Amino acid sequence: MAAVKTAQAGTDAIAAKGWLGAHKWLILRRISQVGILALFLLGPLAGIWIIKGNLAASLTLDVLPLTDPYVLIQSVFAGQWPLQAAITGAVIVTLLYILIGGRTYCSWLCPINIVTDTAAWLRNKLGLKGGATFSKKSRFWLLAASLLLAMMTGTIAWELVNPVSMVFRGLIFGMGMAWGIVLVIFLLDLLVSKRAWCGSLCPVGAFYSLLGYASILRVSAVHRENCNDCMDCFVVCPEHQVINPALKEIPTGTGPVILSSQCTNCGRCIDVCAENVFQFDLRFNNTQTTSVANKHEVLS
Amino acid sequence: MKFSGKRRKFLTETARTAAGVGVAALMLGLYARQSRALPADAIRPPGALDEDSFLGACIRCGLCVRDCPYDTLSLAAAGDDVALGTPYFTARNIPCEMCQDIPCIKACPTGALDHALENIDDARMGLAVVIDQEACIAFQGLRCEVCFNICPVRGKAIDLDYRHNARSGKHALFIPIVHSDACTGCGKCEQACILEQAAIKVMPLSLAKGQMQGHYRLGWEEKEKAGGSLIGTEDKHEYNLPAGSRYDYEGEGLIPGDDTSKVPFSDNPLDALNGRRDDK
Repeated sequence: MAAVKTAQAGTDAIAAKGWLGAHKWLILRRISQVGILALFLLGPLAGIWIIKGNLAASLTLDVLPLTDPYVLIQSVFAGQWPLQAAITGAVIVTLLYILIGGRTYCSWLCPINIVTDTAAWLRNKLGLKGGATFSKKSRFWLLAASLLLAMMTGTIAWELVNPVSMVFRGLIFGMGMAWGIVLVIFLLDLLVSKRAWCGSLCPVGAFYSLLGYASILRVSAVHRENCNDCMDCFVVCPEHQVINPALKEIPTGTGPVILSSQCTNCGRCIDVCAENVFQFDLRFNNTQTTSVANKHEVLS
Repeated sequence: MKFSGKRRKFLTETARTAAGVGVAALMLGLYARQSRALPADAIRPPGALDEDSFLGACIRCGLCVRDCPYDTLSLAAAGDDVALGTPYFTARNIPCEMCQDIPCIKACPTGALDHALENIDDARMGLAVVIDQEACIAFQGLRCEVCFNICPVRGKAIDLDYRHNARSGKHALFIPIVHSDACTGCGKCEQACILEQAAIKVMPLSLAKGQMQGHYRLGWEEKEKAGGSLIGTEDKHEYNLPAGSRYDYEGEGLIPGDDTSKVPFSDNPLDALNGRRDDK
């Protein structure tokens, strides 16, 4: 019975808002993920060089340097101090994710997200349950291990196996056997453990969650009093533990903004909620009686 | 009781995660050590730090690849022998064209390609080695000199050594000789080699170069540095023999005895020649 219910998550929202309305943020995310990749591919495929490089470091229109702060920190741990260009790029990226939410990287940019979302969707449809469990803290252990390994080996060891950079780089510069790792992660998430890669293991996501620890843009359960307990948001959310405090802990005085840095700002909860409980908001608008309080703030 | 159960669960869960991550990290660490081994035919771009430092400094962004006007460089894909995502080229396929402005170095945001390298002639990507003298047709007495002529540092990195062709008795061999003080390792020679398998190959410096012990002094170089012989020419040459010994030149070796009145051989070199003939 429960399997049938989860497999149908979102049907209420489609009925209420139409298919497009119930998939708005999902479609925008896919456009963002594929679009950014397409911008990188425009150079090698069509000779239009808007952006060069890959997620590790890039140069946009020959002026804007962007650097992945995680890979740069590993390089520093490996004992190499980078040049100014890389540091500038890393600072820009860090500031950006502090604004828009650290793990926004995961759901709006990362190519592996499409793989794991597909696996989670299929797992839902097939009603697959159980399997192994990984501690959700594993990613932080792996993050620490990646830095420790950089220090011990003097090389950026994690980049030898990092699926995120391997696949994004591979799509632009040549995949080689990187399709293998896509398949491994897909099967891991489908058969071994639900949301295992992005939800428990990936140290890249763990790093970006730290960047977004106090990020400005957040999802807020603004109209949480309208919640009819359909559980659809819990079913689709890749980090469903983040919803509960904001949605359900009204009596404890917790505000409606989802403050957990593990929230990826994917907006699927906004999509699947037929009651329009959720919306994107700023972390500051976190007063308890939001609907009323927000209006007060705006007015005053 | 309930409290200790929680703590127990926390501790076992933490231990389980730590052990799992530990195993993964150990495997990755071993793999990282292994992947430092760069295949001999994979050459790093100009200005690349030594391999160990390079693997810590290069963040695999591919900006050097993009700014190479000749599509020489590529990033190692998954499954290649080169450390994943790092830039390299294979000289036999596309060598480095040694651009004067070195755009690949300028593009590198981290300094994995050393920005201090400003003159491409100072690059040391590797060292060309005439590795198979049996296959190189110059050693067979045939005229080729393709590697010599294609070399961007022509006449300095590779020059020709004219040797007597003992087989024909009347021709010369035009032997290509590589000089490490000028060869940049660009690989133009390896690409141009006319053979099915190149007889001249660019090797990593660590493989291609020998090194004398630091205490070696070459007399003729020291003489030039000093501006004259360091051994006084007035000094009479003496054999440094054990006390009470002398040396018989005619095959008897060291002879004990104090009679040093006889020198082992005549001062006149012709005596040695004539004497030998006289013996027969």
